[in-house]
Amino acid sequence: MERIIEIRHLSKTFGTNEVLKDIDFSVNKGEVVCIIGSSGSGKSTLLRCINLLEKPSGGEIIYKGENILDDKHDLRAYRTRLGMVFQQFNLFNNHNVLSNCMVGQVKVLKRSKEEAREVAMKYLKVVGMEQFINAKPRQLSGGQKQRVAIARALCMEPEVMLFDEPTSALDPEMVGEVLKVMRELADLGLTMLVVTHEMGFAREVSDRVVFMDKGVIAEEGSPEQIFNNPTQERTREFLKRTLEQN
Amino acid sequence: MDFNIIIRTISKYWPMFLRGTGVTLFISTIGTIVGFIIGLVIGIIRTVPVPERGIKKQILKVVNAILSVYVEVFRGTPMIVQAMVIYYGSKQAFDIDMSPLFAGIFIVSINTGAYMAEIVRGGIVSIDKGQFEAAYAIGMSHYQTMINVVLPQVIRNILPATGNEFVINIKDTSVLNVISVTELYFQTNSVAGNNYRFFETFFIASVIYFILTFTVTRILRYIERKIDGPENYILLANQMQVQTPEDALHKQQGANINR
Repeated sequence: MERIIEIRHLSKTFGTNEVLKDIDFSVNKGEVVCIIGSSGSGKSTLLRCINLLEKPSGGEIIYKGENILDDKHDLRAYRTRLGMVFQQFNLFNNHNVLSNCMVGQVKVLKRSKEEAREVAMKYLKVVGMEQFINAKPRQLSGGQKQRVAIARALCMEPEVMLFDEPTSALDPEMVGEVLKVMRELADLGLTMLVVTHEMGFAREVSDRVVFMDKGVIAEEGSPEQIFNNPTQERTREFLKRTLEQN
Repeated sequence: MDFNIIIRTISKYWPMFLRGTGVTLFISTIGTIVGFIIGLVIGIIRTVPVPERGIKKQILKVVNAILSVYVEVFRGTPMIVQAMVIYYGSKQAFDIDMSPLFAGIFIVSINTGAYMAEIVRGGIVSIDKGQFEAAYAIGMSHYQTMINVVLPQVIRNILPATGNEFVINIKDTSVLNVISVTELYFQTNSVAGNNYRFFETFFIASVIYFILTFTVTRILRYIERKIDGPENYILLANQMQVQTPEDALHKQQGANINR
């Protein structure tokens, strides 16, 4: 299997606070990896380090054989290869739905307006938002915004999609529509790295589950292994706590 | 107050009032626009993320220091004093002979620029960090992010503050009479010097000033509403193909009645 992203000895500190400690981790092509763990365990920071929204304090990030933390590496070109979906959607407030999906293609990938429009319509149909192309973000519900945000990321035709708690800011009844879209993407064979609190989704959709605790990867394995036979005491505790709440 | 005197003053001196109003409006409009642009440029420069090291950091530091001095000096001294210093000073020290009108526009512009710089900086800082992150995440540079995502939102958000500046400029151009710019206050003074009716003449001027500022505020509010658009999105409103023959007929009838 082809490795797309490989992380070696990654660390991140904010001041004296060590958020990530010596993380080793990799993602293969076509794989869906879910990262679970309690708040403050460093899972979002790990995701944000991968596309360099946070600058790692140490270690290496190898993307297709190249260390992208080298000074000479083209950071922006690398970022276009990763699609990012945020917890708070972060749609561009001054653009409507269609142009949210077009602006990156036109300005960064230098596609023509016609081509960008076609691509945007294609992915807006995938997420079921093609009827809303002229709506502004503030006119949409949370679930609709997040689906547009997914389409915006897909329009760049990335190699890997990164999801940073995509359903955490949503009302319960809207979680389903976003998870449905994500399931469909997983079925299409997209490589996905998902930070989530949705245990059901992690269990059913992912090929591999990573459990993080206090800045380290505590346990890693297939969903069956993590959810049914966790080897670590802290994994068991975490799962017990979360599953009790649901 | 004698109403007849007001009527007489207007009918006799209206060309002077009109010219004065024109000059006031001209200086304050151009001054606000140029000041807005100055403020935008300075605001952008002052929010450029400073690199950790290298020559770029040093240059940015020097530029920022100069811009700070500019903002502080022009915010911290009265415009009436600036007008005297710049108009007469440039003549004496550099032998530059500005026309009063040009000097007036220049002074109002750089004054507004100093205020707008801070307003723009505040506007940029107040934009949610997520907007920047989303733009960076799809590979945009800082410059592209500013042009395509941040500044359009900043400009919308600072529109009320800009309107404020515009209103202040309309009123404060009156201080330019000290360098004999023939704006509304200067003209009113001349009229009053002719007819010796200071109260009635200046009452006319105050009404004109109020009409100007009030109209400007209304227009800006209208523009704001236009930019914001409707609160809710109506799914069918943007799709012309749903127009039924009845609708078309109705529209045509409406048009006929209006004719």
